[in-house]
Amino acid sequence: MPELLAPIAGNVWKILVAVGDKVELDDELIILEALKMETPIYSDDSGTVSEIRVKEGDSVQDGDVLVIID
Amino acid sequence: MFDILKDLIYSSGAVSLTGGNLVMWLVSFVLLYLAIKKQYEPLLLLPIAFGILVVNLPLTFLMEPEHGLIWFFYHYGIEQDIIPPLIFLGLGAMIDFGPLIANPKTLLLGAGAQAGLYVTFFAAVLFGFDLQEAASIAIIGGADGPTTIYLTSKLAPHLLGATAVSAYAYMALVPIIQPPMMKLLTTDHERKIVMSKLRPVSKLQRICFPIITAMTIMLVVPPAAPLISMLMLGNLFKESGVVERLSKAASNELMNIVTIFLGLSVGATMTAGTFLSPKVLFIFFLGLFAFVVSTAAGLIMAKIMNLFLKDKINPLIGAAGVSAVPMAARCVHKVGSEANRRNYLLMHAMGPNVAGVIGTVVAAAILLKNLG
Repeated sequence: MPELLAPIAGNVWKILVAVGDKVELDDELIILEALKMETPIYSDDSGTVSEIRVKEGDSVQDGDVLVIID
Repeated sequence: MFDILKDLIYSSGAVSLTGGNLVMWLVSFVLLYLAIKKQYEPLLLLPIAFGILVVNLPLTFLMEPEHGLIWFFYHYGIEQDIIPPLIFLGLGAMIDFGPLIANPKTLLLGAGAQAGLYVTFFAAVLFGFDLQEAASIAIIGGADGPTTIYLTSKLAPHLLGATAVSAYAYMALVPIIQPPMMKLLTTDHERKIVMSKLRPVSKLQRICFPIITAMTIMLVVPPAAPLISMLMLGNLFKESGVVERLSKAASNELMNIVTIFLGLSVGATMTAGTFLSPKVLFIFFLGLFAFVVSTAAGLIMAKIMNLFLKDKINPLIGAAGVSAVPMAARCVHKVGSEANRRNYLLMHAMGPNVAGVIGTVVAAAILLKNLG
């Protein structure tokens, strides 16, 4: 099952998808905030969002799993 | 009755106003506008702008030596070199040196970007500035406010307002000045380079870094001691994890308090008499030149390193070798993600960015040692 990992450490600013949503490769799924800058994170796969491991306001480390896509 | 009225008029500041004062009011209003409306470095520009305004109201004697309120702030805070090191203490408690420890070769980028300083130093001498003035102007290229203020107050205090304002102005203008330079000096292919993940840094390494760096730099360039010792002490507060209260005090309360006195005092040095000279325009021009050359030098340094590296670095991160933290790193990240949206350069750029702070302090210390 493909996992979307956080490419940089930061805070989860916005989650743009919900469990069950269909997503395409390169869709914007999550916006992280690091050093007062918003960084969009794009989907690496196409499929259905089966799990979201974070919520808005969470702080994440580099490499943490954000979203799981079926 | 008439005499009292006459007396009141003559003792009021209004009759002593000069045209220069009015121009300085205008400068102050422009800076207030930039700070409040545009939010350009408001924490500093706002007190600076207000300082300019009040010192250009005649007969207030706020900067009168031994008498004026703001003169005391200036004398004890800046002339005696108290405030810039205290700002560095707070910066140290905020800066994460992790990306630099993980990728120490980015230290070269922080050093390379200082080339702009030396080029500008000679340019300023050619324009007729004396050596002390030239050094104070050149340091603007490091894009580090406290270091600029520290060096200028020691070498050429009459230029303090101009060099400080231009250093902070160019820091705020990083997102406008740097991207064209980045695009000019790198190819699309280079900007797309994705860098491999930074290795994790252990707590022990994070604790050893400020201690070893402080010792090394102070042994090699002792005049860097006031700034480097405070910077590394602040960082040790943060990384040791045992003095969170001190770390927070240094980076929040103390930093905020000294920022008020710093801004106000720097603003108050800008009386019409000292500020309104053709020299000042040259300082803004040469400061911009220094900043542009430093950015270019960082980018070129990164490209040179790529000739030798198997694991290529994205040359954009060289532009973060100027020390404007974290504006320059953000800017690198943004330009990198425009070229390749899966390119997350932020942390990679923080390495040269924090190295740039150290590089600028060392450069300032070398200038101070030779010219002070």
